[in-house]
Amino acid sequence: MISLAGRDILHSWGRFVLTGLGLGLLIGVTLTMAGVYRGMVDDARVMLGNSGADLWAVQKDTQGPYAESSSIRDDVYRDLLGLEGVAQAANVTYLTMQVRRGDTEVRAMVVGFEPGHPGEPAFLTAGRRITRGHYEALADAATGFAVGERIRIRRHDYSVVGLTRRMVSSGGDPMVFVSLKDAQEAQFLKDNDAIVNERARTAANPALNRPGVPGLLEAITASQVTNRNVNAVLVTVRDGHAPEEVAAGIRRWQHLQAYTRAQMEEILIAKLISTAAKQIGMFLVILAIVSAAIVAFIIYTMTLGKIREIAVLKLIGTRDRTIASMILQQALGLGLIGFSVGKIAATAWGPAFPKYVLLEPGDAVRGFVVVMVVCAVASSLAIRAALKVDPATAIGG
Amino acid sequence: MRVAESSAGVGIRIEGLSKRYGEGDAAVDALKDANLQVAPGEVVGLIGPSGSGKTTLLKCLGAVIEPTRGRMIVGGVVIYDDGWRISDLRALRRDRIGFIFQAPYLIPFLDVTDNVALMPMLAGRPNREARARALELLQALDVAHRARAETSELSGGEQQRVSIARALANRPPVILADEPTAPLDSERALAVMRILNRMASEYQTAIIVVTHDEKIIPTFKRIYHIRDGRTTEEAGEGRALD
Ligand SMILES: Nc1ncnc2c1ncn2[C@@H]1O[C@H](COP(=O)(O)OP(=O)(O)OP(=O)(O)O)[C@@H](O)[C@H]1O
Ligand SMILES: [Mg+2]
Repeated sequence: MISLAGRDILHSWGRFVLTGLGLGLLIGVTLTMAGVYRGMVDDARVMLGNSGADLWAVQKDTQGPYAESSSIRDDVYRDLLGLEGVAQAANVTYLTMQVRRGDTEVRAMVVGFEPGHPGEPAFLTAGRRITRGHYEALADAATGFAVGERIRIRRHDYSVVGLTRRMVSSGGDPMVFVSLKDAQEAQFLKDNDAIVNERARTAANPALNRPGVPGLLEAITASQVTNRNVNAVLVTVRDGHAPEEVAAGIRRWQHLQAYTRAQMEEILIAKLISTAAKQIGMFLVILAIVSAAIVAFIIYTMTLGKIREIAVLKLIGTRDRTIASMILQQALGLGLIGFSVGKIAATAWGPAFPKYVLLEPGDAVRGFVVVMVVCAVASSLAIRAALKVDPATAIGG
Repeated sequence: MRVAESSAGVGIRIEGLSKRYGEGDAAVDALKDANLQVAPGEVVGLIGPSGSGKTTLLKCLGAVIEPTRGRMIVGGVVIYDDGWRISDLRALRRDRIGFIFQAPYLIPFLDVTDNVALMPMLAGRPNREARARALELLQALDVAHRARAETSELSGGEQQRVSIARALANRPPVILADEPTAPLDSERALAVMRILNRMASEYQTAIIVVTHDEKIIPTFKRIYHIRDGRTTEEAGEGRALD
């Protein structure tokens, strides 16, 4: 027996390929949407992994430092070092801001870290580590910065000395690493006008500016300027200690919140990007419905165009099963063309997206199964129409 | 399968066949006690005015509608007997009946050979054997030179010959032809009749040709007239075709 579906496809391949192409672009968009979500999840994992931390100690009652803002004193880490099971503890700051290079601006997450401690990028793709205390930066390749370039963060110029790869925030912004002191200054230090203003206001407050207490005003203004805060303390755990136990210790004794890596992943993936995931899920559902409608419509009209031939086929003794499988095979063929086009398209345009697009083979397999199921379901309308055709109509009147 | 004593060696026999469409006031008696017999190797004409029941009779014989009453024998096998009908109608149509229509109704996405070979393939023959059979028939019908062509590239007469080859492909004992020469000029119409007569005698096929076509009516040796669902038999001119 010959393949009726295959022959029909070969006979009207132009229409078939064009339809498959249109369907394929739609499937390509669908795969890309899934890839965007996977990319976000992967970015989050990579960021957590590259931080080198086992625990994140943050402000009590917050889910910082990535999902919510968190602010703790920068001397807390010393107390943490004294806790059982803590190997290293290092201050870090995170601040998303515009970083200038010449006339252009790049949105980036500026990370303040202490060189040689958790929070430092694990490896560089170019250049060297930060060696001087001030005004050196490491930039992620996604910023477009190059080693040796000058960039401006708030009031100061920095020179880029090294590059990282795949270091992006959960929002997809590339990271720029500077020393903790520089970052604290950029984040917490007020500019000159604000300081002058604040001083004047403090001096005008009779409760603070007491003629009978010399030095009080100076002490107060000094404390206002040196606002020493960080967003989190990254902690590594000693061998033989469970991160969860150490985290419980931090929570109990230090009036801080502490998260393990698993909990941090949960916060980033389940909470921070869950809205994005739902959004993408909505798109996937709509695209699946639109694809199904297209396949159903095309297969249905193609079948209606063959009603006479189907009546003849039935009259000369073709089984209903053969006719149904012809239509089903055509729908699946359309799905196959569509999926191939979609996969190629998604692979081709994926790298051009500003955010990381991760096309997982597993998603491709799942997508393929869904496309095939959708095509099969979509063909049922046409199959019903074909099976209803009365072979007597072939004989005519 | 019922093979009645009296039906062995019968090409087509219809006895007391009635067909009523619809019910009550809307009922139409399209066939009223129609009788007809065609011997193997014989080509018989069926003529009658519009609405007289010709197509209804073909549809009953072709097992696509069920008669109301009567008895039908096709290729020596009883296919209908007063409410009883043969169970596998699809196989009956595939193996025992060849259909030829006014328009060729070829399958556009199959080439000429496969349009014919499809019949034996549907009957479960291997592709190679089915195509060899198709080619043999195309040769006999003088269209073998177009064997690998698309059906849409053929002339009307060539298409009709291919459809005749398709009808013959499973060597059915019976061929039902509904106005097979209507779209053809007189020369081609006579050519089709020549082919049908040759095939009938070559393969011992019983052939009924429904027609209005004045060009071919003189070629029948025997003609059934049908009027208001009733058949009457008469001798035809039986004009020689060669
Ligand atoms: N499906 C049907 N339902 C009801 N009545 C029908 C149906 N098919 C045919 N008839 C009626 O049965 C009668 C016979 O119809 P039939 O089609 O057999 O005529 P015919 O001899 O083939 O005519 P023509 O030469 O015009 O094709 C007509 O009166 C027709 O209206
Ligand atoms: Mg008719």
